[in-house]
Amino acid sequence: MTSETVHSTASRSPANWIPAALPRYLPLVLLAVAWEGLTRAGVVPISALPPLDTVARAWYDLASSGDLWTNGVASMTRGAAGLGMAIAGGSLIGILMAWYKPIRAAANPIVQFFYPMPKSALIPVMVLWLGFGDASKIVLIFIGCLLPVTLSAFNGARGTDEVLIWSARSLGASRARVLWEIVLPSALPEMLSGIRTALALSFVLLVSSELIVARQGFGYMIGWLGDGGAYDAMFAVVLTVALLGFAADRLYLMLVRRILAWRE
Amino acid sequence: MSEIETRLGVPALAAPARGARLNLAAAITGRWAGAIIPLLALVFAWESASRSGIVTPFLLPPISAVLGRVWEDAVSGELAVNLGETLFRSLVGFAIAGVGGVALGILMARRRWVRWFFDPIVSVGFPMPKIAFLPIFMLWLGLYDVSKISMAVFNAIFPVITATIAAAEGVDRPLLWSARSLGASERQLLREIILPAALPQILTGLQVALPISMIVMIVTEMMMGGQGLGGAMIAASRFADSPGVFAGIFEIAVAGLCLVKGIAVLRRRLLAWHPETQEPTTV
Repeated sequence: MTSETVHSTASRSPANWIPAALPRYLPLVLLAVAWEGLTRAGVVPISALPPLDTVARAWYDLASSGDLWTNGVASMTRGAAGLGMAIAGGSLIGILMAWYKPIRAAANPIVQFFYPMPKSALIPVMVLWLGFGDASKIVLIFIGCLLPVTLSAFNGARGTDEVLIWSARSLGASRARVLWEIVLPSALPEMLSGIRTALALSFVLLVSSELIVARQGFGYMIGWLGDGGAYDAMFAVVLTVALLGFAADRLYLMLVRRILAWRE
Repeated sequence: MSEIETRLGVPALAAPARGARLNLAAAITGRWAGAIIPLLALVFAWESASRSGIVTPFLLPPISAVLGRVWEDAVSGELAVNLGETLFRSLVGFAIAGVGGVALGILMARRRWVRWFFDPIVSVGFPMPKIAFLPIFMLWLGLYDVSKISMAVFNAIFPVITATIAAAEGVDRPLLWSARSLGASERQLLREIILPAALPQILTGLQVALPISMIVMIVTEMMMGGQGLGGAMIAASRFADSPGVFAGIFEIAVAGLCLVKGIAVLRRRLLAWHPETQEPTTV
């Protein structure tokens, strides 16, 4: 129904004509071809944009020397640790805020004050507190991702249908059981979308903190290769990080669809 | 009866219902007191923790020293320069991302070729950590405003585009048909129907884009140096000047809070005619 109506309004003007068989990701291929063609033809100087095939070769060299792997593992471990802690802590705080009024009264103003803060501002403090290593990145990602998860868990949990809670209580369910079997599942969709925001934010914080101060990781590699003028290798790492972020988001969406399959 | 309270006692994050004007004054004072006390407790805990020596003043300078530092910065004029630079660049970046994102989003919703070309780019580009492109922007555009603002635009434009597409596609079809059958031109259709109907969702996209533009600007300034709050903070951190670092955090937090609240107020103004404003909303 909707696709039909979209089609009928869109096909009115000739500029909207498009062959149905055109592959969806062709534009990305065209961009890649343009990149290679323009740099090879000398329209764009190689010092500004290394041709795609040299970037690919640089990627292969980095991958086979193991540099990409060790730095990648360092980055991903930091990201996973920080994000995991933020998901656990944020869900807990958010649901408690919805469930107990004193906790809400105490935590809500603090959450509200710090939620809009640009989290990247914490990078220098983490350096002061924890130095240049793993801990400063993990704690940064934890603090940065904590509030989006908290707020989404809070909003999700307080949106629980009271009738469900009353029925369960009158049927003799304990408070803990109501929390586990009713509040948590009904908060889940909103929580999962908050976690998606946090996932994206964790990549941003990870890469920024590694770019600014680190001795290991993707961000460090990007900075160090760029400073050394190895732009083809720098582009290779930048694209790797970007694609990893994209892949993580897509995998997460698949996971969410599976978790929420019971809602259909 | 905390189950009921979960529904009824939520005014702190939700705007007060318009119907409850009678108790508005009392509610406002109550809300303020309720909001101020936990923050004051936090301030007190901070001050006493650093004064009592549980943590060294280097790790956590007393908040009085931090506020003193903010005051010094304000008197010397340094705060105005740094804050002005940061706000100027993030707001210009945000504005370009807003106008460009809405324009591209509308075009993508209305023109199939545009949609076909940009759709994969947007759907791959949106979830990417675009901050990783920072060194490339430095390589291409240098270290000054053009490069910093471009970086903010590049990061902030994606949520605006996706929100605009979703909004423009969600416009009630019969409305469009009626307007067209009454002889509305394409331009009138856009101005009178599509943009107003899409406005709430577009504003939501803009509300996502504004903090992104700030986050990115702070990182960009930290990387590229120069004036601005991010640059000042990273310089303070290099000199192990911890009151300076905390003063920076305080300034950035307040600036971020004001911008986010400001755009929420703007939303309520712009959507005064819309049903969502008549109902309690989460901001």
